[in-house]
Amino acid sequence: MEKTMNLTLRVWRQKNRLSVGKFETYQLSDISEDSSFLEMLDILSEQLVADGHEPVAFDHDCREGICGMCSMTINGMPHGPEQGTTACQLHMRHFHDGQTITIEPWRAKPFPVLKDLIVDRTPMDKIIQAGGFITGRAGSAVDANAMPIDKQTADYAMDAAACIGCGACVAACPNASAMLFTAAKVSHMNSLPQGKAEKDRRSLAMVTTMDGEGFGGCTNIGECEAACPKGIPLDMIAQLNRDYAVAQVKNFFQPVL
Amino acid sequence: MALSGLVLVLFVLGHMLGNLQIFLGADVINAYAYKLHHLLPASALWGIRLFLLGTVTVHIWTAISLTLDNRKARPQGYDVKKSLQSSYGARTMRMSGIIVLAFILFHIAHYTARVVPSMEYGDASVLSPNEVPLVKHGHAVVKEGEPIMTFNVNDMMVDGFQVWWVSAFYIIATGLLCLHLSHGFSSMFQSVGLRNTLWRKRLDCLAVLYAWVIFLGFAVIPVACLAGILKEDPSGGLPGPVAAITETLHK
Amino acid sequence: MNLDSKIPEGPLSEKWSSHKFKMKLVNPANRRKYHVIVVGSGLAGGAAAASLAEQGYNVSCFCYQDSPRRAHSIAAQGGINAAKNYQNDGDSVQRLFYDTVKGGDYRAREANVYRLAEVSADIIDQCVAQGVPFAREYGGYLANRSFGGAQVSRTFYARGQTGQQLLLGAYSALSKQIGLGKVKMYNRHEMLDVVKVDGHAKGIIVRNMVSGEVSRHASDCVVMATGGYGNVFFLSTNAQGCNVTAAHRAYKRGAGMANPCYTQIHPTCIPVHGDKQSKLTLMSESLRNDGRVWAPMDKEAAKKIREGKLNPNDVPEEERDYFLERKYPSFGNLAPRDISSRAAKEACDDGRGVATTGLGVFLDFRDAIKRDGKHTIEERYGNLFDMYQCITGDNPYETPMMIFPAVHYTMGGLWVDYNLESTIPGMFVGGEANFSDHGANRLGASALMQGLADGYFVLPYTVGNYLGEQGVAAAGQVTTDHPAFAEVEADVKGRIDKLLTINGTESPRSFHKRLGHIMWEKCGMSRTEAGLKEAIQEIQALRKEFWGNVKVVGDADSINPELERAGRVADFLEFGEILCRDALMREESCGGHFRAEHQTDDGEAMRDDEKYAFVGVWGYEGEDAEPALHKEPLVYENIKLATRSYK
Repeated sequence: MEKTMNLTLRVWRQKNRLSVGKFETYQLSDISEDSSFLEMLDILSEQLVADGHEPVAFDHDCREGICGMCSMTINGMPHGPEQGTTACQLHMRHFHDGQTITIEPWRAKPFPVLKDLIVDRTPMDKIIQAGGFITGRAGSAVDANAMPIDKQTADYAMDAAACIGCGACVAACPNASAMLFTAAKVSHMNSLPQGKAEKDRRSLAMVTTMDGEGFGGCTNIGECEAACPKGIPLDMIAQLNRDYAVAQVKNFFQPVL
Repeated sequence: MALSGLVLVLFVLGHMLGNLQIFLGADVINAYAYKLHHLLPASALWGIRLFLLGTVTVHIWTAISLTLDNRKARPQGYDVKKSLQSSYGARTMRMSGIIVLAFILFHIAHYTARVVPSMEYGDASVLSPNEVPLVKHGHAVVKEGEPIMTFNVNDMMVDGFQVWWVSAFYIIATGLLCLHLSHGFSSMFQSVGLRNTLWRKRLDCLAVLYAWVIFLGFAVIPVACLAGILKEDPSGGLPGPVAAITETLHK
Repeated sequence: MNLDSKIPEGPLSEKWSSHKFKMKLVNPANRRKYHVIVVGSGLAGGAAAASLAEQGYNVSCFCYQDSPRRAHSIAAQGGINAAKNYQNDGDSVQRLFYDTVKGGDYRAREANVYRLAEVSADIIDQCVAQGVPFAREYGGYLANRSFGGAQVSRTFYARGQTGQQLLLGAYSALSKQIGLGKVKMYNRHEMLDVVKVDGHAKGIIVRNMVSGEVSRHASDCVVMATGGYGNVFFLSTNAQGCNVTAAHRAYKRGAGMANPCYTQIHPTCIPVHGDKQSKLTLMSESLRNDGRVWAPMDKEAAKKIREGKLNPNDVPEEERDYFLERKYPSFGNLAPRDISSRAAKEACDDGRGVATTGLGVFLDFRDAIKRDGKHTIEERYGNLFDMYQCITGDNPYETPMMIFPAVHYTMGGLWVDYNLESTIPGMFVGGEANFSDHGANRLGASALMQGLADGYFVLPYTVGNYLGEQGVAAAGQVTTDHPAFAEVEADVKGRIDKLLTINGTESPRSFHKRLGHIMWEKCGMSRTEAGLKEAIQEIQALRKEFWGNVKVVGDADSINPELERAGRVADFLEFGEILCRDALMREESCGGHFRAEHQTDDGEAMRDDEKYAFVGVWGYEGEDAEPALHKEPLVYENIKLATRSYK
């Protein structure tokens, strides 16, 4: 038989971007341990709606850990206590009966709260728009096998490209830095031969945009890596630093931007 | 931050190796101090001092500006926040840095400017003798018939570290420096991008090793002083009394 | 309703190239005078928006997520097909074309499918150029695998994240254009209606999901890439936000809805655990390469397993029914999706299902682990096994996985001609939202192919052709001041107000769940005339109840997930009925549509090519009128219709 649990939830409620938020406490009973964390929030929503209250607004979509939409800090940990897991893939069996769970939105200046647990993450899109692409106009490509790429490089690029852009790295970082996010995209594209032509430009433009959006700086402490549901390693930040430094030096002698 | 850190990392290693010469005898440490002061002209010495002070300033300034920027990046903090994997050393860089800074100021006042009350070692009434002959290979070095005198560093250190709270502060500060380095050393490589998955593990180990070496290398001196292993040596390390040898040389 | 498919003349293999040559071109200097709206930012929408902007058109792109990178194309795991023949195993455009038509149970339009196969190779080139990190061999060339019942290895993949990587490729191209100012991106905006001016689609009405503001957007044409309608079943592998609203609104403005009954049920999903479940999780089909599907032969044993009194590992070999291997010896566990799904359902209907609900069969890796070693299996499927364990708490290395079919993809959608233009002139439809390429069943790894084919290589040509035909004098002439916009906007606002003022007692989610239950029970894997008739009545009653008793809390001026859901459920409640009507009309079994009345003696689907070789297109006839059925006959000139057999 499935096991159930009773829970106390402390949830951040905030009407909109401009209003002041606060924690509300809710009691939930008979939550199945097979439910996902977001299904538990669905049950809370139904309970609130039945009482005529507005449900807790939270971002979610695919519920299979790939779209990167879900974003909440659970008991002080982005995406909750399970490593390598998004909030939507977190299951209630990792909690216990009688537990108090505190749920907060991502906290960072570039991520203003829009409502309850929903934040605005468009600054991450802006970082990509600044240089997170390899220009390849549709129709202009050569045959896919014209340029062999050694497996090690392809695998490394894939490791980097696994980033789902959820922002947990920013949420976990004590400095609200977006270095891991930026580094993942830079590492993905700068390491591939196709991406070499725009490498310096990309590194400079993305870092400049990242700083401009108000993210904090990196202090190399590695919280981002631990919070990342896709296991993007800290070493990619080293690559970003390296590529950025090289680009800066080149830019000094011959502007690339 | 990384570049200033690199200078300071190398400096503490050199400083530690220099200090450890105290175990080779009073003559060696005193000769080392003499060399530091006289190998280069005074202006160059001040140049190096200013460079080091400048590096420290840059290091602090970048730390402050980074901290302020980072605080701005999260105006509203979490109600509950757990650390996931960051090391204690990494999380406490500011605390360890500030205390180490306080220590550096004390340390300069104590042993360089020698102005700490009741420890004004420049004053012969506090440290006696405060000048001893420069000794090389067991002989005093004589220039133009006169033995070259140098500051009695050995006795100053032994005297200083026999004050228990000075030693305690010194050991705690080097302990915090060890903590600071355990993150800073490998972080330096990360910041300039000289790290990958393989070297990250190696550098992290190296950082811990380096930090411990620095800590033990510095802390062993006050411990040895307190334990009586290192003693004052008014002769400056000469096998016999200064006067006698001086006379012999005169003949 | 004019269902002229506009298939170009000439031999199949020359249709697309000769059509491209005959199309109108727009002078590069004039392109910036045109404005194109793209709704949706998945593979089809994102790629189309980026490509049109690259050509020089001004594009506005809309998505309901907080970023275009989150469209549900991202969730496709397995791979993307392309007729590259890099494996030298006999693949060709012709073979991919043939496989797709056959896989679609001969209910797709030949010319469209051939074009899809033709451009498939260009897609791979394009994606590699964008930096999509496809799997590679040690020699540095691209790796392939065989997938979803194909007998050649033509599937390109990027670990289990192919959809994500392809979407990120399109997203990066789109992002570049956003950065350059050629695309204006509207995140968190939901399209609520389409605006027609003189019969042509000239704009849309959207709701800003953050501020609640309803706004008008005018353009020279509209491209819809709004995905499928699988969520009409409530539980599906679709994302929570996937909906039929945009397509259904277009239908109500005159676009034909084609073949809605063709819904694909994916055989390898994690079984349902309880009534609070919100979504079903797909396990990649690749698992069937090594896993063996079975159910206990004995009902008693199945009961004991359900109750936890019997460990499935203790069921002896001779008491296991490897039903796919038994029924389809030549394809075995790799039989196509519709066939595998139905076989699993049969076993469960027979009382031999496992999982606590009785709705599950085993996918067992015991023999594969014995044969290849745990390490090899871990290398192949490690991430999938971890995902399974994360969700169910069971370790699939030790106890067999349990799977059950779930709604996954919808082949039906808005009717489009060869140019992907719907029956509303100026409204183009790409990707899963249209009906064009998969017939009655989609083959594995073909959805990504179709989305990108439409987005990169078809729409940029056909949209340009339409704009060229309209002439540069018409560019930008329609503005939001046109009375048609005010009219539609008033409709949209009125509907929102209505939803908010009913103030009943039942939540939108509850209605959605009830609708899903009707759909799954009566219009799911197996459909009957009586069941469908009941379903239509029940849906009508539920719809009535909804409009009298739905409770939508919150207001219209801020983020309101209840209001969003209510609007989508309201459309599903109308659309579900059309789906059932289509299923009722189609008196045959083909692909994803299985009518229990039409099966062979051994339970296989029985097509009726005499009567039903047509596309069933539904036209809106008014709020209380039944929709009208229109037919586009399917003419097969190059492929001989045959019974699909995987025995």
